[in-house]
Amino acid sequence: MSSPEFKNPVVKWIDHRLPVFSFMHHELHEYPTPRNLSYLWNLGSLAGLALVTMIVTGIILAMHYTPHVDHAFESVERIMRDVNHGWLIRYIHMNGASFFFIVVYIHIFRGLYYGSYKAPRELLWILGVLILLLMMATAFMGYVLPWGQMSFWGATVITNLFSAIPWIGDSIVVWLWGGFSVDNPTLSRFFALHYLMPFLIVGVVILHIIALHRFGSNNPLGIDVSGKQDTIPFHPYYTSKDLFGAMVFLTIFASAIFFYPNFLGHPDNYIPANPLQTPAHIVPEWYFLPFYAILRAIPDKLGGVLMMFGAIAVLFVLPWLDRSPVRSGRFRPLFKMFFWVLLADCVLLGYLGGKPAEGIYVMLSRLATAYYFIHFLVILPLLSVVEKTRPLPQSISTPVTGGGMVSAPAAKRGKADV
Amino acid sequence: MSDTVENQGRRDFIVVATNTMLAVGAAAVIYPFVNQMNPAADTLALSSIEVDISGIEEGQAITVKWRGKPVFIRHRTAKEIELASQVNMDDLRDPQGDLDRVEKPELLVIQGICTHLGCVPLGQKISEVKGDYNGWFCPCHGSHYDTSGRIRKGPAPTNLEVPPYTFLSDNVIKIG
Repeated sequence: MSSPEFKNPVVKWIDHRLPVFSFMHHELHEYPTPRNLSYLWNLGSLAGLALVTMIVTGIILAMHYTPHVDHAFESVERIMRDVNHGWLIRYIHMNGASFFFIVVYIHIFRGLYYGSYKAPRELLWILGVLILLLMMATAFMGYVLPWGQMSFWGATVITNLFSAIPWIGDSIVVWLWGGFSVDNPTLSRFFALHYLMPFLIVGVVILHIIALHRFGSNNPLGIDVSGKQDTIPFHPYYTSKDLFGAMVFLTIFASAIFFYPNFLGHPDNYIPANPLQTPAHIVPEWYFLPFYAILRAIPDKLGGVLMMFGAIAVLFVLPWLDRSPVRSGRFRPLFKMFFWVLLADCVLLGYLGGKPAEGIYVMLSRLATAYYFIHFLVILPLLSVVEKTRPLPQSISTPVTGGGMVSAPAAKRGKADV
Repeated sequence: MSDTVENQGRRDFIVVATNTMLAVGAAAVIYPFVNQMNPAADTLALSSIEVDISGIEEGQAITVKWRGKPVFIRHRTAKEIELASQVNMDDLRDPQGDLDRVEKPELLVIQGICTHLGCVPLGQKISEVKGDYNGWFCPCHGSHYDTSGRIRKGPAPTNLEVPPYTFLSDNVIKIG
């Protein structure tokens, strides 16, 4: 962590007084990163890219949007038809939410598989779950703003969740609404909070990154870095790898925006909100479907709400449920198997959340919900005790170079550092 | 680091080509994000208005709103026209003949926006101050305009602007 020598005298002058350039050099340039990261480690920077995209397009949309029940729907239509490139900016924002969740869900499952939540990265993980919660609140309130049928009834159903709280539930719901139904006060407060929360997310993301840089990234082997031969500098190796991943991501993202902009949306939200008529089949956005399935699986109002929030709460304590000292699923044959079952279970819950709550779907939802909790509360603690893990490699560089020997790329790096 | 690199020229070409495409791509992304702040289609659609002028008696003036700003329409008296046309061009800061500022001498159509910093000058109503030249007077920083809306005294640099307008008939004009 030696201080870099800057050639530019202006940079040098500033850095002596305000060491921002040294800081960037430490954290983005020389920052030692495990040499064996796979493309699954791209998702963190992609999530950052998605967050910035959402904030930029969101600020622009706020310039043209009117948070009033009489004007909200029309102002969104005006953005789509009259504002220069408004259609593009709104489609980026609308699909950006979905892509943000896709990226974050892959990021989370990456962490689950490779044990990235284990010591010493527990707080890093908890901050990540907190970001997920904030994202969900932000996405929910953003979906209300166009004031279509799905906006209105989604807001009604989700705010009514709080009425399940014993004794004070009804008062809380009235407080949330600012009235006796979802109406103008609800819309304007949701707009204010929808604008605020992304900046809270930025704050937690900064903490998330500080926690990450304390011990550095986990890696596919899940073992600690044992020395300089195990790492490469972040720049240019991972900046270029992240950049390549970003290009691939943007290609897919742009394809969705330009060719299938409404694929992930619901046509009912292009009907203006009508408080006198609920659409026949209301579903939340796809990224909430697994949680929605859990909510409906429980035949009790309070129980369903508790289980739904419990599905996230259980992630907060995950570092203390999985006590196995081995991080990576690569060396845990049983854990690996159960990981894929959990993934399939979550996908199944997502599928069931989009189906009507009747017939076989109800029973399947209950089984899938039960399995979700059994995985975290029973299987993981049990595996920590009974699983026989495979032997770990001695170091990160061992499987690559066959030991601590200086390999060709490492030698080259040594020269570049001088 | 580059001591053993072959075909340095080819590598430079790749770097330059990549950066060029990056710049083109960045410009293509930034353009919609900047352009969205320009007037939207519905705003542009409101950029012309029609005004019935038949009700304006000689000596009267009306104010209409065009593109969010006032337009002064004054049915001038013979005396006002005479005052405006007899001015010596050397006395004007922004020399322009009165006939160059009107379609028909009795009807003066000007933007009611002081060319100094955008305030609305007084002088439309009979009760209002008309300034030293009997036209309009801007209370913000004291600019005096004559009966043709030309700047005569004060900080404003140019005459009150004449918006584009045409007579659709004897009684109706279209502004914009």
